[in-house]
Amino acid sequence: MIAVIDYKMGNIRSLGHALQRLGAEWRLTADTDEIAKASHVILPGVGNAAEAMANLDRLRLPATILKIRRPVLGICVGMQVMCRHTEEGDAHCMGIFDAKVRRFREIPERGIKVPNMGWSPLGNMESKLFNDIRSGEYVYFVHSYYAPTCPDTIATSRHPELFSAALKYENFFGCQFHPEKSGEVGERILENFLKI
Amino acid sequence: MPAKRIIPCLDVKEGRTVKGIHFEGLADVGDPVELGIRYADEGADELVYLDISASREGRNTFTSLVSRIAENINIPFTVGGGISSVEDAARLLEAGADKITVNSAAVADPELITRISSRYGRQFVVVAIDARLIDGRRMVTTHGGSRLTDRELFTWAKEVEERGAGEIMFTSMDHDGTRKGYPCSTFARLCDSLSIPVIASGGAGSAQDIAEVLSVGKADAALAASIFHYGEITINKLKRELVDKGIYVRI
Repeated sequence: MIAVIDYKMGNIRSLGHALQRLGAEWRLTADTDEIAKASHVILPGVGNAAEAMANLDRLRLPATILKIRRPVLGICVGMQVMCRHTEEGDAHCMGIFDAKVRRFREIPERGIKVPNMGWSPLGNMESKLFNDIRSGEYVYFVHSYYAPTCPDTIATSRHPELFSAALKYENFFGCQFHPEKSGEVGERILENFLKI
Repeated sequence: MPAKRIIPCLDVKEGRTVKGIHFEGLADVGDPVELGIRYADEGADELVYLDISASREGRNTFTSLVSRIAENINIPFTVGGGISSVEDAARLLEAGADKITVNSAAVADPELITRISSRYGRQFVVVAIDARLIDGRRMVTTHGGSRLTDRELFTWAKEVEERGAGEIMFTSMDHDGTRKGYPCSTFARLCDSLSIPVIASGGAGSAQDIAEVLSVGKADAALAASIFHYGEITINKLKRELVDKGIYVRI
């Protein structure tokens, strides 16, 4: 059973459908025991990272998450709250990944817009999460804040500077892009995670 | 920086895909889910589904269609048509839409953009703007171009951005349905004045038109309907032509 953490941060329907298409059994939950017993845990998230962190704190979930020894995957804002800090609302986060999340800068004359919205290629991948994914394959991003590259980076992308497209520390994984919205490539990445 | 996006637009009436120039002479071109899957396989970067049903029953059919799209499509999709309240937006979000597009209702009540955006995030809100050239100024129109407002394109676009839109989809009503290309200098000015992505809509007749609006026009994405629906050009082939013309797209 896969536990998808329910902390009222955006629509998880598409993630659920993607898991369903992979034939995986999953449950939306905020229950500590259920999360602790799950084979895999996914922390989704769309919206404001400071609010996401506040919701997790209110549900007393950070302590539960930090104790998990099975594979955990944070997606988008879910990944950001697994970093040390975010500039968005100046919030302290869970500190799993050694990165401070910052906001992109608009560069109108170069066509650099914020949010970074659309498909960008992955590079520098180094994890089982990216088995059978070639460098240069595209995934879908929607975000205004990013984790700079750091020792925990396991994949990068650019906007225009290099940032962490994915992070890993021990059993904890995070991806800034949305695998559930990234076509076949995204489905392979989710499948890889479920095999870890 | 992300690749330029190619977005097929599917008009839906009573649960079926239709397309007609200026919404007249509708012809049935298939099941919206099947067509969406085909486009996604061909390399579409996103999909837009517009509900053009007039009836309440049509609306309900559309909501259940949105659920079916969400179950079957693995790329982002936007839905629109007749959204006039936070509740309408919430219903479509619940059904699984990634983004919604508002048009006439946002002009009538600009605060709607702020309300939806603050509740569900900027990335969820695409504001569509239709404008027509009147005495040298591009004036905003509503209700499919039939009603002229006293708002001017560039100031309205800026207001829409400030109110929390995540993207703007601009259609020049003078070009829509003509298949003679986009007003590229207007697009370039619009893109330069905004820090959110701009989707070019209405006017594409060829790969060259799309290449121009993505390069000269600086648009971040191009939306098109009829050139895809009738199989004149596949998305795959279009994207290869765009690459040959030096446009950065996902292949």
